[in-house]
Amino acid sequence: MSTIHAEEAGAAKAVPVRTAPHASMWRQSLRRLLKNKLAMLGFAVVAFMFAACFIGPLFSPYTDNKINMAVMNNAPSLKHWLGTDALGRDVLARVLLAGRISLTVGLASMVLSVFVGTLLGVIAGYYRGVVDQLVMRLADLLLTIPSLPLLFIFGALLSEWKVPTDYRMYIVMLMLSIVGWPGLARMVRGQMLSLREREYMQATVVLGLRDRRKLFNHLLPNLVPLIIVIATFNIGGAILSESVLSYFGLGVMAPTPTWGNMIDAANNMIDFQDHPWLWIPPGFSIFATVIAINIFGDGLRDVLDPKQKR
Amino acid sequence: MTEAQALLEVNGLKKYFPIKSGLLSRTVGHVKAVDDISFSIKRGETFGLVGESGSGKSTVGRTILRLTDKTAGEVKFGGVDLYDLQPDELRRLRPKMQLIFQDPYSSLNPRVRIGDAIGEALLDHGLASPTEVRGRVLDVLNACGLSSYHFDRFPHEFSGGQRQRVGIARALVLNPDLIIADEPVSALDVSIQAQIINLFRGMQEKQGLTYLFISHDLSVVEHLCSHIGVMYLGTMMETGPRDELFRDPLHPYTKALLSAVPVPIPKLKRERIVLNGELPNPADPPPGCKFHTRCPFAVARCREEVPLFRDVGNDRKVACHLV
Repeated sequence: MSTIHAEEAGAAKAVPVRTAPHASMWRQSLRRLLKNKLAMLGFAVVAFMFAACFIGPLFSPYTDNKINMAVMNNAPSLKHWLGTDALGRDVLARVLLAGRISLTVGLASMVLSVFVGTLLGVIAGYYRGVVDQLVMRLADLLLTIPSLPLLFIFGALLSEWKVPTDYRMYIVMLMLSIVGWPGLARMVRGQMLSLREREYMQATVVLGLRDRRKLFNHLLPNLVPLIIVIATFNIGGAILSESVLSYFGLGVMAPTPTWGNMIDAANNMIDFQDHPWLWIPPGFSIFATVIAINIFGDGLRDVLDPKQKR
Repeated sequence: MTEAQALLEVNGLKKYFPIKSGLLSRTVGHVKAVDDISFSIKRGETFGLVGESGSGKSTVGRTILRLTDKTAGEVKFGGVDLYDLQPDELRRLRPKMQLIFQDPYSSLNPRVRIGDAIGEALLDHGLASPTEVRGRVLDVLNACGLSSYHFDRFPHEFSGGQRQRVGIARALVLNPDLIIADEPVSALDVSIQAQIINLFRGMQEKQGLTYLFISHDLSVVEHLCSHIGVMYLGTMMETGPRDELFRDPLHPYTKALLSAVPVPIPKLKRERIVLNGELPNPADPPPGCKFHTRCPFAVARCREEVPLFRDVGNDRKVACHLV
């Protein structure tokens, strides 16, 4: 008799106290995103690019800077799938390794500008007053200067100061985040200002919650969707800007390949007409990656932030 | 604290919202949302604040809780003037006075599980240890007619009535002395309204709560409140115990309001006092008695002299020259 009771008690205990997690807004969003075919196509292309660039070169017998005078300007063949350039370097290997740089620069500068932009936007929107004025005027200042000329000036300065080529990649990331954060900070601040007037935020005041909990449990979860969407678009923008800079010889410099400077290297009449394998692969890579990121970003926005229109 | 002492005392409370206009946003006037209001609520009482839309009822509630700053006057809670407190002192006193919002949809954060929404204030005020919180929340959920399995759900999984129960649970879990309920049932279906009102009543009996119940629905107020205050255009027109006020309204505005309450006796002939026109602009209220523009009994004196809010015996106060 007593054993039965013990068993019953054990069974009752085995029932989890916490019931199965309920569909949070995140889960619902994910479900809807998975149904969005175009967005998933975009995601697939981006994922493919990342996989190809970061894993692909491991299977290639060639490296980006291995010069081989025997195979100069060869057309695509079974040995060199995308042909070779003027120094006999394998174009496929270079495109993939260039992709590593371009994608890393895009991703890293996005992370940096999202971090700075979110932090400053949250501070400005939460504390308002003088802090808000300072942060936002600085952001306005950066926004009034067209970003491309600003980047050109930065790039020219780097060349003037003879910054070692190896470091230029990191400095380009920094440059791109400097022009990237103000727009983001603005949107985050705007969202903060709108959130703090919501009734559920007033409820946190009445409940006497600590600032930390208001910020991390109530405000940030409502900001994250917006941030994810902007961040996604930012990656595409950063990749594009990096390519432009490198194309003009102001970003990452040869011999380190990037998609931008590979096109630049083929920027003459002979290569353009006779060696299309030199510029089509990097050009297509930029095009496909940026378009795919933007399509994916569009899908994310539809799912996470349906009220926002662009 | 003695039984006779008021839990909440509001003296000459004013809240003016500036009207800004022009390039330099100069203040060109004020909307007098709350204009010199005084009343007090004793412990265990339910004070019903009634008045039509735009009469400043909600602003009174919000100004008491310092959700908006007052313009003048004092708000004493348990003898302490809330406006004398430092931000941190105020924050620590907050659990004792809670607000229940009108709109159960916008007052819950869509990204916070309701168990967390109810329990988080307990943690922040050190009223429960992290291990106790769940038990406390489950108790209050059950007391409010919700179930334990609701703990991990999100607001969008609930109906309006259930959400309002969550809002009530969120306030009750803190064991408050005073609950300000800002039209807590007006967003709900009539059938749900009754349930929520009975929940309010049951909680008062169990926990000895004091309510400031803001509503425009006189039948709800009559059902629930022991004392009633009638507001018009930011000013208190009449206060008194429910039974006396309903039996013998003194102020013409109160009379008009009461005559508009539907009665379930179709053959009963009643004298309806129908008010004409709209609520005057609160930025430019009429001189004298604010109600004179719509008062069927107004005399010359009403147009010139502001009536005093005076004691007329039997715990009743009224602001009218004709009484």
